[in-house]
Amino acid sequence: MNWGAIAAIYRFEMARFFRTLTQSFVSPVISTSLYFVVFGAAIGSRIDEVEGVSYGAFIVPGLIMLTVMTQAISNASFGIYFPKFIGTIYELLSAPVNFLEIVMGYVGAAATKALFIGIVILVTSAFFVDLTIQNPLAMLAFLMLTCLSFALLGFIIGIWAGNFEQLQLVPLLVVTPLVFLGGSFYSISMLPPVWQTITLFNPVVYLISGFRWSFFGLADVPIGLSLLAITGFTLLCLAVIWWIFKTGWRIRT
Amino acid sequence: MAAMVEIRDLRKVYAGGFEALKGASLDIEEGEILALLGPNGAGKTTLISTICGITLPTSGQITVGGHDVVHDYRHARNLIGLVPQEINLEPFEKVINTVRFSRGLFGKPRNDALIEDVLRKLSLWDKRDARIMELSGGMKRRVLIAKALSHEPRVLFLDEPTAGVDVELRRDMWETVAELKRDGVTIILTTHYIEEAEAIADRIGVINKGEILLVEAKDNLMTRMGQKELRVELTAPLTALPEALARFDVTLSDEGCTLIYSYDTSADRSGIAQVMSALNGAGLAVRDMQTKQNSLEDIFVGLVSDKEGAA
Repeated sequence: MNWGAIAAIYRFEMARFFRTLTQSFVSPVISTSLYFVVFGAAIGSRIDEVEGVSYGAFIVPGLIMLTVMTQAISNASFGIYFPKFIGTIYELLSAPVNFLEIVMGYVGAAATKALFIGIVILVTSAFFVDLTIQNPLAMLAFLMLTCLSFALLGFIIGIWAGNFEQLQLVPLLVVTPLVFLGGSFYSISMLPPVWQTITLFNPVVYLISGFRWSFFGLADVPIGLSLLAITGFTLLCLAVIWWIFKTGWRIRT
Repeated sequence: MAAMVEIRDLRKVYAGGFEALKGASLDIEEGEILALLGPNGAGKTTLISTICGITLPTSGQITVGGHDVVHDYRHARNLIGLVPQEINLEPFEKVINTVRFSRGLFGKPRNDALIEDVLRKLSLWDKRDARIMELSGGMKRRVLIAKALSHEPRVLFLDEPTAGVDVELRRDMWETVAELKRDGVTIILTTHYIEEAEAIADRIGVINKGEILLVEAKDNLMTRMGQKELRVELTAPLTALPEALARFDVTLSDEGCTLIYSYDTSADRSGIAQVMSALNGAGLAVRDMQTKQNSLEDIFVGLVSDKEGAA
């Protein structure tokens, strides 16, 4: 293992993050605050409680998931797409590194950034609502697994994308709708029965449900199923990346 | 001893079906400077990209320092520094960070003294905290070289290092190359400037249409270039060379209308006077005469067009 290379990529990517710290830090804080103003104060005042939890607190896990997923994807996909776009990828290809090390560097940095932003949102939320976290360890584990798996997905998108439009396509057309429809701002039990069944085909439901369970002990689906879903998704992404590594798809001509 | 870089029957066919390399073989000795000359699209960059791991060979074998570049790529690439033809740099990054990053990618521990030394040699030390986008084109090219040197390669590939570079920077670069050679670094550079190959190379390879047409010590090529030709046009064509001229290195061409005498400019006597008096002696009338020097360019153009004529 070329640990030095992993560290070099990681540091380089994190430096980009810190260079744009205002943007990375301020934008999630502002958007979270806006969500609280709109959903928490305006709408939430009319929905007093969801399964015994105040609506403002209820949406916190979904809000964190929404941002963490999109951030992990966009950071990882941009991280690997940018060198392809400006041509600096030559350096990665001609260095004594294997694909796994490249993945660890880029995905590790993207997951760290997403985790950081997730924590920022959590802290911001605490200013608006009373938050209790029943299972802090489970909460962290879910958060970290989500950061990792969606950063892996982002990496795959970054390798696949041939232009900036494609880079935005999956997050915009697939991930955001799935998260919004995955119970980030409501409990699935609020839906008519038909829609409850349909919703169960949305993989994001399992992540949000599990994550919310770690906060309030409430879940739309059993916690074991949630864990299985996130683990399965991580393994799927790893398998795709292994295949990319084997074939050199879209990387080496 | 085995060559530093050994290339055997290397073929590269791109996905679109274009055959960029057609079975190239080449040995590059440790510590030499090899210049690869060839027109655009000859396969120079593909050859370098395949050695460095950017493209995969279709067939054939390459070793660097005895390590196969596909199966033992870590050891092979550890020895290699690459300066690409295109200026590929992250515009927002600081010079020193991007150079440090390159060293890190090769798994080498941080070494500020070495990075400073590299940057100073390339006159980049004053610019170390400048962002890449603030630099001129020539400076950016130096950054590419600094990145390649940051991990102390034993083999350095320079792909068209002086394309679009001004005279002063070109001289600087030649000096840097000479210094690296003194440190025992093997250097392979591609160029389509023949003067560049003449100025710094030990050996010169000519590549065209995916084939290596010739690899020869520069001195041998220079000796061939030292040859001059005297062409004498006659008023009446000859059917055979007269007895008096047979003892000289004279040939008949243009259906007997022209006599060509080849001679060496570095020899004590060119022999022109003897040839001329022999011409007089044979009673031949001369219409015109000219002399012509062989250049590397002639050899190059000759090689490239010979091949094309044969094909």
